[in-house]
Amino acid sequence: MSGTWINVILDILICISLLSGTFFIVSASIGILRFPDVYTRLHAATKGSTLGITGILIGSFLFMYVEHGIVSGKLLLGILFILLTAPVTGHVLGRAAYYSGVPLSDKSVEDEHKKNLEKVKDH
Amino acid sequence: MKNMLDVTQSLVQISVTISIVGVSISLLLLLYRTVKGPTNPDRAVALDTIGVNIMALAGLIAVYLVTTKANDVVLLIGILLFIGNVGLAKFLEKGVIIERNMD
Repeated sequence: MSGTWINVILDILICISLLSGTFFIVSASIGILRFPDVYTRLHAATKGSTLGITGILIGSFLFMYVEHGIVSGKLLLGILFILLTAPVTGHVLGRAAYYSGVPLSDKSVEDEHKKNLEKVKDH
Repeated sequence: MKNMLDVTQSLVQISVTISIVGVSISLLLLLYRTVKGPTNPDRAVALDTIGVNIMALAGLIAVYLVTTKANDVVLLIGILLFIGNVGLAKFLEKGVIIERNMD
């Protein structure tokens, strides 16, 4: 009998985490659709998607605990793996975009990496 | 007491349905960017985010169907996504993925 209120609270927590994760994923994809060049799109893709997938997987983990009574280590490993690899993927894609010559958008004011490359070349 | 539990369980079902619809709309927006995208790195970024959204969809379907079998799928999609994106980025930068003349 004492386990029922905790089930109600956990159900409400599942709803909150699933809906907030969906909100962040949808806003990340709207950012990818609307930003002007590839570097700002990377900014939307890595941060927004990471937060959204973390919310949805935490909601799924809580649901597995409430409904089946299991602690799913695979979902926790999925969250950890995404938190480790999303910054690596973003860095590698941005580097590939810069060195394959994708231009910055017209609204950008400064290209610091270009200055650094010229400084290295002078030495 | 029992009534309250029924209400919150139906609330979980409704929010899972809303989340599946939202992630599907997000996949459609990313598909537009993948087809349209001005350069190839734009398409690579959109494909990366499509993979993350498919992970989210697998987790949501595990909740929707009340099963534990789909938890492996989430982890597997994550690992394959990382390998594929690093290979794709290296191909975009250098034109080759496996270099033979390392000396």
